[in-house]
Amino acid sequence: MPEQTSALQLVLSGDPALYAIVRLSLAVSFGATLLAALLGAPLGALIALSRFHGRHVIVVALNALMGLPPVVVGLTVYLLLSRSGPLGEFGLLFTPAAMVITQTVLVLPIIAALTRQTIEDLWLEYRDEFAAMGVGRLQRIRTLLWDARFSLVTTLLAGFGRAAAEVGSIIIVGGNIEGFTRTMTTTIALETSKGNLPLAMGLGMLLLGIVLAVNIAAWAVKYFGARFEQ
Amino acid sequence: MNARFKMRMLLLAVTAFCLPMALPAADSEPSIVVASTTSTQDSGLFGYLLPIVRARTGIVVKVIAQGTGQALETARRGDADVVFVHDPDAEARFVAEGHGLERRLVMYNDFVIVGPAADPAAIRGMDPLRALQAIRAGQHRFVSRGDGSGTHQAELRLWKAAGVEVDPQMGKWYSSVGQGMGPALNIASASDAYVLTDRATWTSFRNKGDLKLLVEGDQRLNNQYSLILVNPAKHPDTKAALGQRFMDFLLSPEGQAEIARYRVEGQQLFFPNAKPASR
Amino acid sequence: MNAVAAPLPLSDLPLVFDQVAVRVGDTAILRDVSLRFTSGAPTVLIGPNGSGKTTLLRAAMGLIPPAAGVIRWGEQSGAGPRCSALVFQRPVMLRRSVADNVSYALMVASVPRAQRKARTQQLLDLVGLGSLAERPAPRLSGGERQRLALARALARDPAVLFLDEPTASLDPAATLAIEELVRAISARGVKIVMTTHDLGEASRLAGDVVLLHRGEVVETGPVGQLLGTPRTEVARRFITGQLLL
Repeated sequence: MPEQTSALQLVLSGDPALYAIVRLSLAVSFGATLLAALLGAPLGALIALSRFHGRHVIVVALNALMGLPPVVVGLTVYLLLSRSGPLGEFGLLFTPAAMVITQTVLVLPIIAALTRQTIEDLWLEYRDEFAAMGVGRLQRIRTLLWDARFSLVTTLLAGFGRAAAEVGSIIIVGGNIEGFTRTMTTTIALETSKGNLPLAMGLGMLLLGIVLAVNIAAWAVKYFGARFEQ
Repeated sequence: MNARFKMRMLLLAVTAFCLPMALPAADSEPSIVVASTTSTQDSGLFGYLLPIVRARTGIVVKVIAQGTGQALETARRGDADVVFVHDPDAEARFVAEGHGLERRLVMYNDFVIVGPAADPAAIRGMDPLRALQAIRAGQHRFVSRGDGSGTHQAELRLWKAAGVEVDPQMGKWYSSVGQGMGPALNIASASDAYVLTDRATWTSFRNKGDLKLLVEGDQRLNNQYSLILVNPAKHPDTKAALGQRFMDFLLSPEGQAEIARYRVEGQQLFFPNAKPASR
Repeated sequence: MNAVAAPLPLSDLPLVFDQVAVRVGDTAILRDVSLRFTSGAPTVLIGPNGSGKTTLLRAAMGLIPPAAGVIRWGEQSGAGPRCSALVFQRPVMLRRSVADNVSYALMVASVPRAQRKARTQQLLDLVGLGSLAERPAPRLSGGERQRLALARALARDPAVLFLDEPTASLDPAATLAIEELVRAISARGVKIVMTTHDLGEASRLAGDVVLLHRGEVVETGPVGQLLGTPRTEVARRFITGQLLL
């Protein structure tokens, strides 16, 4: 990326390096949020509907995991994916896949914990009807997840926000390699360390703008779907 | 169900967008991982050099710029094919442990001491040892990288040669920040402190603020960079052939000429000094 | 919907409560209840608040296991109802369209996908919601919600339909509409067992009436007889509004 230009100039000139970085940031953050949702939402719903010994422990643990420190996760995943680690043979270290993995680990507890709360509230409402209609366990989870879809949009947004803002773990497992694993946040870190503060700030504004756009899109989804709420 | 359909389409679109980038792509072009110190990246050398490497050798070089200590650790774990660092003692240990094959000199430049334009310790033009003694005596603010990097090790050697016992707790004037050169320079710039830096990073640094170059030119400030190929006997996944080809290019007359050709603000930052292989 | 002329092979009738007691926590809600529900005109449960009317319906639906006694559905005992449905007093609307609510019930009742659309339309027309098929269910009025809940219940093709205070929170116009619907459904051969506060409604709809008080069956009989010439003192006091809980 040219040193002397501002972020705005780069955006307007369609600098390919910048667009590659933006695209990678979105791909990694969306990818991680998607994966975390596919795994975490049903998990949260399952916990919401289950009653077993030690359930309280699971719920508290899940809530606590929302605050996992990214660098710790990054370091752990790094040690796992390293060639001298247990999963080294897959050669995933320093690839975008590693970044998706570590961000999924960070986002999954958020989605699972918030989904659990949402689904549990909705289930209290639906419980009797399910029993009277004879709805099976698996179907209950599917129905609750679908009917809670607008609250879940907020949950997904929270997960996406965490992923998009994150830099500590992806810089460890991704290596911030130019052209391969460099995202907006890691670029901001790099440009800051090169003293390119105006450029770093400009990129930061760009990142904020993108996250804002995603939030607006989600709000629109909720707004136009709100007619289904009670 | 209309809403269901829309959701499925959205899901598909997002997946299609994410999948190609997120999946580990089969390397269509041969690539290697080089664990490097930060000055070679921050100064823009790699930005200049790597496209040339790719054009001449066909190899895509993925650089992990970490700082010497971390780079050697990465290589010890088998996660890199070549290291490009500047700490002779650590390099010797690395090879002795069997992780690397041979230490090949590739280029050098020098360290410099920069500090506030007002220069309260009055070190401008001094030799580095007396400069450090003056800073210590006056307890003037000094920023140390404190991260086990090549530059940090060089700084510690200078303190030792100057007869100063270095202890990170030795006073509020000495800030051991545990970070790379860039962040250290940012901190020094913001707090008007003295700091030891390599010339390349300094020249290309954009946030100099009030800092000025004060001490340079002494033989003891010499900064030697080396290339080491990771030992494939110890780390079987190492792309030894490609790594060697990369090193051979940088060490060749053409590669060395390219290193010399790199300029920032008209200044040459790195000076090639490769020697033939010891065989 | 199929008209039930003769008892189906897999019917939940006759539904028999044999000395049934039901507890919720430590509290006995139903005590020693023995009843027999057979096909025919609606049976209406009446009684003061807390007498156990709702609990009886839930037990009849198999939602609460009896603490004592046995409930028999049709010829099998203890197995649970096979073709019964229950409409709660404030039915929960699924957060989707009216039509989707009904097709959901059809799906749960294992109706094949190909038939669901047609049957959904049939059921909606039956309960008078045909023109509101695409409306979000949570937007329905109280009376419309009851009708949707009825459509959902009928999707199961029940032999017995339990209704818990179906008109309790409705205005007079909506109440009349629901009562008409109840009559229509009963005329198709579905056995209706419902609870109500409204003695007028009981007299309009019931064949037989069951009076519950403090978890026990006080008196049963044809509606005209019980309301006109009650045999027990408790019944007499209830009808004249003098029954204290």
